[in-house]
Amino acid sequence: MSKVKVARKSTLIDMTAMSDVTVLLLTFFMLTSTFVKKEPVTVKTPGSVQEIKIPETNILQILIDPKGKVFMSLDKQADMINSLESVGKEYGITFTAEEFQKFKLQKTFGVDIKIMKQFLALKPEVQDAELQKYGIPTDSLDNQFKAWVKNARTSNGKDLIIAIKADQQTPYKVIKSVMNSLQDLSENRYNLITSLKVESTAKKE
Amino acid sequence: MAELQTNEGGGKKKKGGSKQKKVHVHVDFTPMVDMNMLLITFFMLCTSLSKPQTMEIVMPTNKDTEVKNKSAVKNSEAITVLITGGDSIFYYEGKPIFTDYKSLKTTSYDPTTGLRGYLLRRNSIAVAKIKELKKKKLDLKISEKDYTKQVSEIKGEDGTPTVIIKATDQATYKNLVDVLDEMSICRIGKYVIDKYTSSDNFLVKNLETKGTYQSNFASK
Repeated sequence: MSKVKVARKSTLIDMTAMSDVTVLLLTFFMLTSTFVKKEPVTVKTPGSVQEIKIPETNILQILIDPKGKVFMSLDKQADMINSLESVGKEYGITFTAEEFQKFKLQKTFGVDIKIMKQFLALKPEVQDAELQKYGIPTDSLDNQFKAWVKNARTSNGKDLIIAIKADQQTPYKVIKSVMNSLQDLSENRYNLITSLKVESTAKKE
Repeated sequence: MAELQTNEGGGKKKKGGSKQKKVHVHVDFTPMVDMNMLLITFFMLCTSLSKPQTMEIVMPTNKDTEVKNKSAVKNSEAITVLITGGDSIFYYEGKPIFTDYKSLKTTSYDPTTGLRGYLLRRNSIAVAKIKELKKKKLDLKISEKDYTKQVSEIKGEDGTPTVIIKATDQATYKNLVDVLDEMSICRIGKYVIDKYTSSDNFLVKNLETKGTYQSNFASK
């Protein structure tokens, strides 16, 4: 019996090609990614069969949670500062440069303008937890929501798209009041954000 | 972890006696790959790949001046859908008949037996036309642009139903979106969201009590 000679081979694998691939993938993800926005409340949007995608920029997003609290977010920081200034002016509140800086960094806002100063003075970690408790007043007596929309529109101009993102369980009452406020401002075109509905039973033409 | 392999000696001396040594550079890329993989994982987890869908709606204005421009809907073309709490949904055709509680019909969100089936039946002409058009588009006989143009023309034709959607305060946002979704599935071009009035409430109550509400109302 002859001995089987095991050839001594080096186990070194050339990782260069692998590295190339990973770098490519990384570049792809870095370029295409849009980060998940942090929202104060979790909202589960209803499903629909619509296929139109929402544009990425120039959006005024109105977030409505199941309890009917209203929050807003703007994607341009300049608009946020302008809106805060003009809404503040309407309610006779002037903000300092530092407060503007702090407000600019908010992903979503939604506190009563009267307590905005106290809110902005809080530490960022505390703000997130606190924000959930508030929401922009939308009732007819003190409709700050209207003021925000109006000023966001004047700040941004014609291109601003209004999008409503509401939870499945949000009562229609709240939606109605938001829609009515928008109607009062002659904002007749807006978007309802939905998620994709998978329908197995749907009769597709 | 770069290795430098130098072959010294053994080689024959080259002509001219240049003393350049052959340097073999080998860099181990394993840590680089590790790091890249980690970064990829991070980006994959943090990105929202599926962009949310959107539903574009146009609401009528509140201004009084434009009220006059409101077009009156033909009685035969009007369908009023009432969305109430507890996922119930009703509809009636044309003008409400207060004396006949059966004029209001109960329906559901069921894709086959519910509102969709009814609306598809009512809008069958337009649905059939669009279906034909879609086939043409798939066979590349017409362009995308012409297709969208013709679809909106078909949707706006005379004889297609106009749907008036009314929801109570108890209805959820999901109900509203579901109904609006049915509009696009059933190719209904003309629909409007209107206020839920007391007469609509009367109709629903009347149906629930099978007409006794109406007789009570009359005796008062």
